[in-house]
Amino acid sequence: MQTFKDFKDSELRHQDSMCVNESEKKETFGENFKYLLIGIGFGIVFVKAEIVSWFRIQEMFRLESFFMYGVIGSAVAVGALSVYIIKKLKVKTIKCEEIKIEPKTFNKGQIYGGLLFGIGWAMTGACPGPLFAQIGYGASVIIVTLLSAIAGTWVYGKFRDYLPH
Amino acid sequence: MFEFLMQPLPWYIAGPLIGLTVPVLLILGNKTFGISSSLRHICASCIPGDIPFFSYNWKKELWNLFFVAGIFIGGVLASLFLSNPNAITIQPELQNYLAQYGVQNFSGLVPNDLFNWSNLLTLKGFLLMVVGGFLVGFGTRYAGGCTSGHAIMGLSNLQWPSLVATICFMIGGFVSAWFLVPLILSLTL
Repeated sequence: MQTFKDFKDSELRHQDSMCVNESEKKETFGENFKYLLIGIGFGIVFVKAEIVSWFRIQEMFRLESFFMYGVIGSAVAVGALSVYIIKKLKVKTIKCEEIKIEPKTFNKGQIYGGLLFGIGWAMTGACPGPLFAQIGYGASVIIVTLLSAIAGTWVYGKFRDYLPH
Repeated sequence: MFEFLMQPLPWYIAGPLIGLTVPVLLILGNKTFGISSSLRHICASCIPGDIPFFSYNWKKELWNLFFVAGIFIGGVLASLFLSNPNAITIQPELQNYLAQYGVQNFSGLVPNDLFNWSNLLTLKGFLLMVVGGFLVGFGTRYAGGCTSGHAIMGLSNLQWPSLVATICFMIGGFVSAWFLVPLILSLTL
């Protein structure tokens, strides 16, 4: 049963969070390693497709190459088809739970924040995921960029009440 | 025999593999794909500072931190075992444009001429690495997601707020790549 504290906690994590879905059945610590494995596969694809390259991002925004549009477009197509099938066939998780996807609610943050992130994306040539892959691949100075991104997230959290939403 | 593994992946293989992360995470543990939240969980676990936005049970989102740790390890493995022996192919237009600003080394994932430790103390390097990184962290949280959470997961689930966010990412990126980045690259400080 959900206690009030749990409810409050879930409310908080809902705030602008994409990750509120959780297994009703508690996962053990060890089960986190399956996400580590998926992350590893994901990181390899990131590097091998050179999606995490600063140059690819410049080519995308400067409209010099179709590559990134192909990647994102086909990823969305496969993702959308999968979500459609999951909903249509009421596919369950491996623990036989119903799959729930939280709808996103609109706020102006998606506009202001989106524009700011876009500016940073073209400057650093990376969104949050690629930062981790670039560091792993050996670009050690990107640790500074990652720390700065963490600082940016923290400053947002600190001042979120003063920002238009 | 495994030579093909050393070659860069074409978009029509990489894109669908990334898209498949969406159902894999849902089926394995009812998790929605999203990466920028990991930055928030790092704040919540290390420097919550009594801020309500970071006062939640981050341990429930531990899977997300394992996921990004995996991305890091994937990067390490790719560099150790699957490194492409050939230089990365870069469009000649981009090469010419960057050459104007003295960027000549195209071998890494990030241009070594710009992104290196000694450049951190120049205005150019500071803007690209530190200010750029700050905007990535601040902007994604303000927008409630990044390329993975909004553009891939949100659009896959046909969420119009995610479409708004994705369009804004692209507008910001275009303005930055066409006007701001050239301005920063032309700095000599």
